[in-house]
Amino acid sequence: MPEDSLVPEKTTLKERFLDFYRDFGVARLIIFGFLLFLLASALFLKLPMEQILSSVLTRFGMNGILVLAMIPSIQSGTGPNFALPLGITCGLVATTLSIELDMAGFSGLFFSIGVAAVLGAITGFFYGMLLNRVKGQEMTVGTYFGFSIVSLMCIFWFLAPYKSPEMIWPYGGSGLRVTIALHDRLGKVLDNFLSFDILGVTVPTGLLLIFALFCLALWVFSKTKSGIALSTVGSNPRFAESCGLDVNRYRIIGSSISHALGAVGIVVYAQSFGFIQLYMAPLFMAFFAVASILIGGASLKRATVTHAIIGTFLFQSILVVSMPVANVVVADNIADVIRIIISNGIILYALTRKEIGGDVS
Amino acid sequence: MTSDSRDQSKKLTLQETEAKTYKERIWKYYLRKNIVPLFFIVLCVFGGYYSGLSLPFLINEIITRMARNSFLVISLIIPILAGMGLNFGIVLGAMAGQFGYIATANFQMAGFSGFAVTTLISIPLSILFGWLTGKLFNQAKGKEMITGIILGFFANGIYQLICLYFMGNFIPIRVPTMLLSTGVGLRNTLDIKSMHYALDNLWKIRIKIPGMIFPIVIPVFTLLAVVVLCVAIHFLIKTKLGQEFRAVGQNRHIAEVAGIKVDKIRVIAIIFSTVLAGIGQVIFLQNLGNINTYGSHVQVGTFAVAAILIGGASVSRATIGQALLGTLLFHTLFIVSPLAGKNLIGDAMIGEYFRVFVTYGVIGLALALHAWQARQKRR
Repeated sequence: MPEDSLVPEKTTLKERFLDFYRDFGVARLIIFGFLLFLLASALFLKLPMEQILSSVLTRFGMNGILVLAMIPSIQSGTGPNFALPLGITCGLVATTLSIELDMAGFSGLFFSIGVAAVLGAITGFFYGMLLNRVKGQEMTVGTYFGFSIVSLMCIFWFLAPYKSPEMIWPYGGSGLRVTIALHDRLGKVLDNFLSFDILGVTVPTGLLLIFALFCLALWVFSKTKSGIALSTVGSNPRFAESCGLDVNRYRIIGSSISHALGAVGIVVYAQSFGFIQLYMAPLFMAFFAVASILIGGASLKRATVTHAIIGTFLFQSILVVSMPVANVVVADNIADVIRIIISNGIILYALTRKEIGGDVS
Repeated sequence: MTSDSRDQSKKLTLQETEAKTYKERIWKYYLRKNIVPLFFIVLCVFGGYYSGLSLPFLINEIITRMARNSFLVISLIIPILAGMGLNFGIVLGAMAGQFGYIATANFQMAGFSGFAVTTLISIPLSILFGWLTGKLFNQAKGKEMITGIILGFFANGIYQLICLYFMGNFIPIRVPTMLLSTGVGLRNTLDIKSMHYALDNLWKIRIKIPGMIFPIVIPVFTLLAVVVLCVAIHFLIKTKLGQEFRAVGQNRHIAEVAGIKVDKIRVIAIIFSTVLAGIGQVIFLQNLGNINTYGSHVQVGTFAVAAILIGGASVSRATIGQALLGTLLFHTLFIVSPLAGKNLIGDAMIGEYFRVFVTYGVIGLALALHAWQARQKRR
């Protein structure tokens, strides 16, 4: 534990400000400043703010659950879930299954979410058992485990005996398409549910509602007995063991919930995006989710629902606003480069903070 | 008396059985210790058989790949000695090498002199990058590997920013064909045909095999560079600096107490690794003859790490032999797996996906196995 957290009462305003500054961190300050700068330049360039705000809201809801998936994993002491592609592929399998079974609309969506959650929980269970054997190196192992699963699933997408003409290549050729359109299936089902316009800003009510639902569920879970046990196991395994808690069991539970959320998250993401992307597409998704929650103020050992909400909002705002601004000011592609720099920069920042736990044992 | 002798005989049998179990245990220990390279030797032989490639062709390919990749793999050894795990940060060294090529291509240099200048330019850049990486790793002690992975991605973002938006804008480029049609940003492929085989072609030995069309070609100087490096590392370990690396690797705190400046030694280890990786990338690219500007460096860390792990190295132990064996096995697998996949399952794409899976899977598996073994040892 860093010493400054043990300092009791903050007396002067200056001390309080310094403490806030230390908590918030230089990297977050830079990112926040960058967002303000982007917003100011967007206003200055007279870009359509209503459109920008609508897409911020949509992308916020779209990515929210994927970011929430980080919370149980961080809380149970296994660090950010770099193996998220594992859960994501479960969600993709569920969605393709719903198309294969010719489902559409809400029935397709709920079927996908249900199957995704179950598959995700099962794989999360087995992944948790692996994690218990590699204590101390969860992040490194997870990263490469995620990568290898994505490439293994490429073979699956290529060989899987799907028949639906919407998913296979039209003129022979084997395997599923790289991108599958969901327009007639579960595309935009949630986005359009009860959505309304206010001052030209479109609010995707259904999408935000389901995100709120999952936030609430996770928050309620963290207040239950097993939720508290989970975070105890994460913050101090020795203490948890001496309290009679089965550390390994709670780590498996954390991994299970995390992967289930990841699987559900990609279904919600896909319905809002309107497409599902197979093959190598999920490869780097974990990093953006990790970056989001870290921007929100989480650390490698501590994360709350609030961190996820703030982080997703900030990160997605930067992405959405930077694109049109960069288009007008410099070149088209620079937004993508900025995204890479910001997301990996914040992860590096979090990794270099002094904390307990390690990689090389 | 009788009871005594009975005791003795009992003791003897006990000793005998102990010796037996000890032998068995030793055998099992060696099997478990070398399980990773053994598994891959089997996989390589199996894949080689089903790939249907002729042996001379395979040998030629292996020699080429050994010559161009060994340097990069060996660059991982020193940080492992210094207890910093697998240095995924060698991606930055590879970038330094590529910056070197961009500079020499810009001044339209050619042949061996161009190659030499590229190497010379890459070294100070690598030292700078290595110094920064080392400083960063000192901030993230115990989490060097994941930090290195993320650092690679982060540096790639910066690299793209420089190559796509600064080159031709702030950094003048003389040769217009290097730039995109807009005049800003480098093209996807950078042609360095003028330096193609600059090192390999200095002296090539061709061995004719009766009955085969293609001779086996050995690029002597490239292999010589690898040998020199191996010998240099072998002696470096025996110097004072080398012993300090190992002391830091074994226990940071004891090394600190013994008067070694741990942080400084760690930074030096990373600088060594980055410089070697930079030179390694220069050698690698002179063999290829063109640079995939935004792709050549990305996989360097992954491939090198996969190779050294296949050779039986672990996060905390690595030898030159393991690095060389690993390079051999990994690249044999690289050559044979697509064809073997095609012949076994019937599609070229499957082999391609399988190859990617093997690369990532090997690292994941080896890291997991190491973590598992380390935990068992602690018990």
